[in-house]
Amino acid sequence: MTAAVAIEGLEVVFDRFRALKGVSLEVREGESYGLVGESGSGKSTLLRAITGLAPVASGTIIVNGKTLGKTRDKAFYRDVQMVFQDPYGSLHPRQTVDRLLQEPLAIHGIADGEKRIERALDEVGLGKGFRFRYAHQLSGGQRQRVAIARALILEPSILLLDEPTSALDASVQAEVLNLLEEVRRRHKLTFLMVSHDLAIITHMCERLMVMQNGEAVETLTASQLIGHRVSEDYTRNLLRASEGFVRTA
Amino acid sequence: MNGDTLLEVDDLRVTFPTRTGIVQAVRGVSFSLGRERLGIVGESGSGKSQTGRAIMGLTPPQAEVSAKKLAFNGIDLLSISPRQRRSLRGNRIAMILQDPKYSLDPVMTIGRQIVETLRTHEKVSRAEARERALAMLQAVQIRDPARVFDLYPHEVSGGMGQRAMIAMMLITGPELMIADEPTSALDVTVQLDVLKILDKLVAERGMGLIFISHDLRLVSSFCDRVVVMYAGKVVEQIKASELRDAQHPYTRGLLNCMPRIGFERHPLPVLDRKPEWAA
Amino acid sequence: MSAETIQSRREWLLSDRPASRLQARLGRAYVAWRRFSANRLALVGMLIIIALVLVAALADVLAPYSATVGDLKNARLLPPSAAHWFGTDDLGRDIYSRIVYGARWTLYVVILVAIIAAPIGLLVGTVAGYAGGWTDTILMRITDIFLAFPKLVLALAFVAALGPGIENAVLAIAITSWPPYARIARAETLTVRNSDYIKAVQLMGASPFRIVLRHIMPLCISSLIIRVTLDMAGIILTAAGLGFLGLGAQPPLPEWGAMIASGRRFILDQWWVAAAPGAAILIVSLGFNLLGDGLRDALDPRSGDQ
Ligand SMILES: Nc1ncnc2c1ncn2[C@@H]1O[C@H](COP(=O)(O)OP(=O)(O)O)[C@@H](O)[C@H]1O
Ligand SMILES: Nc1ncnc2c1ncn2[C@@H]1O[C@H](COP(=O)(O)OP(=O)(O)O)[C@@H](O)[C@H]1O
Ligand SMILES: [Mg+2]
Ligand SMILES: [Mg+2]
Repeated sequence: MTAAVAIEGLEVVFDRFRALKGVSLEVREGESYGLVGESGSGKSTLLRAITGLAPVASGTIIVNGKTLGKTRDKAFYRDVQMVFQDPYGSLHPRQTVDRLLQEPLAIHGIADGEKRIERALDEVGLGKGFRFRYAHQLSGGQRQRVAIARALILEPSILLLDEPTSALDASVQAEVLNLLEEVRRRHKLTFLMVSHDLAIITHMCERLMVMQNGEAVETLTASQLIGHRVSEDYTRNLLRASEGFVRTA
Repeated sequence: MNGDTLLEVDDLRVTFPTRTGIVQAVRGVSFSLGRERLGIVGESGSGKSQTGRAIMGLTPPQAEVSAKKLAFNGIDLLSISPRQRRSLRGNRIAMILQDPKYSLDPVMTIGRQIVETLRTHEKVSRAEARERALAMLQAVQIRDPARVFDLYPHEVSGGMGQRAMIAMMLITGPELMIADEPTSALDVTVQLDVLKILDKLVAERGMGLIFISHDLRLVSSFCDRVVVMYAGKVVEQIKASELRDAQHPYTRGLLNCMPRIGFERHPLPVLDRKPEWAA
Repeated sequence: MSAETIQSRREWLLSDRPASRLQARLGRAYVAWRRFSANRLALVGMLIIIALVLVAALADVLAPYSATVGDLKNARLLPPSAAHWFGTDDLGRDIYSRIVYGARWTLYVVILVAIIAAPIGLLVGTVAGYAGGWTDTILMRITDIFLAFPKLVLALAFVAALGPGIENAVLAIAITSWPPYARIARAETLTVRNSDYIKAVQLMGASPFRIVLRHIMPLCISSLIIRVTLDMAGIILTAAGLGFLGLGAQPPLPEWGAMIASGRRFILDQWWVAAAPGAAILIVSLGFNLLGDGLRDALDPRSGDQ
């Protein structure tokens, strides 16, 4: 079985700041893989490096068997798509949902636009009524659904998810997580999902990597984490913190 | 409730006139608070912040606040003069906001801000004010208070900034503290550190605390009592220890819909909102 | 139209769930219009500009006399009267007629300048802002050079080089007007270029050209429209200034600035010769300013994104 994403010794340097210090990971085809860690640990940077938005200093990234160079060609973006954290920032403020969804189709010269847009909207549970709305006419959860629809419309095989629910209310988060699981099952997608919340990662992913300060702390399976079979103190602290406040005295 | 009543809120309403009509942000909220930790939870837009701001007297000028009773230590907050309100605000009631970046002055060092806050409310010498500010920074568990004293807000991390903010709010020794999502922008581990500090200070100083958050699970592990809000109304008030027996489907839904480590549920249960909840 | 149908149309426009592209667009325009029309002064400004356009369009009907040929023998420097509403000038021409025809030249100048300068500024600014690096540095240094000179002085230099005449005046004004637009467009571009929604388009595989043209420019256009409208008064005054100095419109063109210039010789005894075109410039400048302020309220992306 080939790896959907294989990263080896990835270094990302902004000016002189090393945001990623030689990270390696392998995501199998069809797998859902999680990245957890505190803010600033380099989770988003890793996803951006894959998409070509962050300056890679060294290391290799292989996606679906192809080693990526400095630039990404159009075909890459039909394989890999991304959903951003902030639903209020990821939709163009002057474009309707229709226009947002049309854009990727226009860029890739895909003909059956009408059908695809309707199908994509149905799939994320929005329906036709939302097609001609602007972003400000949508709630946070609805915006995130539109963002997911936009990511799916090119029928990618890999979806990068950067804290897709951290800006949403718990109840809306549950709906979006359910939706993500559903589209993953239906399209046999590979997920690489970032979150600072261990509970979400164990819910969504089979394997995960704990990150701190641009480095991998450890790699675990979800069941290891559930069984508290972790070897690093840092991970143990995260686990304890995710159980809520405990009064000592 | 233990001891005296610190705050009484009866039928609090906050309305905003807008272009498209009147928005009722808070629609008849009632609760009372002793020297305890009270949590207010609800989804975004449910009116939590506006409730806290109305108590503080920080409602935007265009909005209208009304209540059958809004009393702090027997003082009717709606009938006193703006000046009295202001002096109450700095001295006896304090508020911490979600993001310290917006509440700390970016061009003044942290230490100076704390000192100024103290000196506007109490006649103390500069030297003594500095002493007390340093002690306060120590109390919020900043390891190197003397260094942080001379830093500007942008030079410290989010967790450190939030601690500085707490220090600034506590320096005048308030009796009531309103914390509006004080830890939502912080990492989980830092979040717990900040909560521990708050918890200790509340216990030591006998303050009343209103802890506003969207995270029901966190609130229930931290507070004594929880007020659950939906669409500007209180749908349920419950002891945190009895949350598992919550009656209202909204409370139960909020509690259930979060993923938990070791409790696999696919798909997650979602809230089935009923129009009558908002009625 | 009954009150009911008006009501239902309004609801259709303000609908939260438009059913077609057209409805979405009209709804957006309607909201902007409501914001604009809530401002009385903006409406006054708009009426002035509409009046200017109408006067220019209907000049042949509105003007009782020729704008260029006067009655030298009988009608020199007559004060305002029923026959000559604003009086006559030193060549016996009816000033009212000249002002009516002058509206055409005023419009000609502002429209030409706007359609030359605004797109140049937009292009330079967005490209500089989006590309960054060397492109940005070079384009912005050029912009700075243009900005370093006072506008009128620079325009004077250009006209002096190109030769006097209204076309060259327009060109000179356009060449000196674009740098502030480039600055605005660049600033706006810098605030949006790192936003997630632009990243999202990059991740669709869009070319930089497409991103600038279809995603960034539309965001800069409202600030630019506001700025251009507010600049119109300045453009008119610069054109008038050039006309006044004899470097703009050449006689016998009824350009307002040139009219003031020729009237200045009699300003003490026959004040109306200079006062009438002066008042026209004042009113139209004011109109553009009021309109620009109104547009700022209606279009400003920062004042709530409706
Ligand atoms: N464009 C950038 N320029 C400079 N530093 C950056 C940039 N993007 C991210 N960083 C830095 O890289 C580190 C990792 O950031 P990020 O990947 O966003 O963390 P996470 O997503 O885990 O919270 C942070 O310290 C951040 O300040
Ligand atoms: N300045 C304002 N103008 C109009 N409505 C407002 C304003 N501020 C808040 N609101 C309304 O008040 C409601 C409650 O807001 P808030 O108390 O901030 O919610 P929460 O803190 O629970 O997320 C929101 O639904 C919002 O629409
Ligand atoms: Mg991140
Ligand atoms: Mg709030």
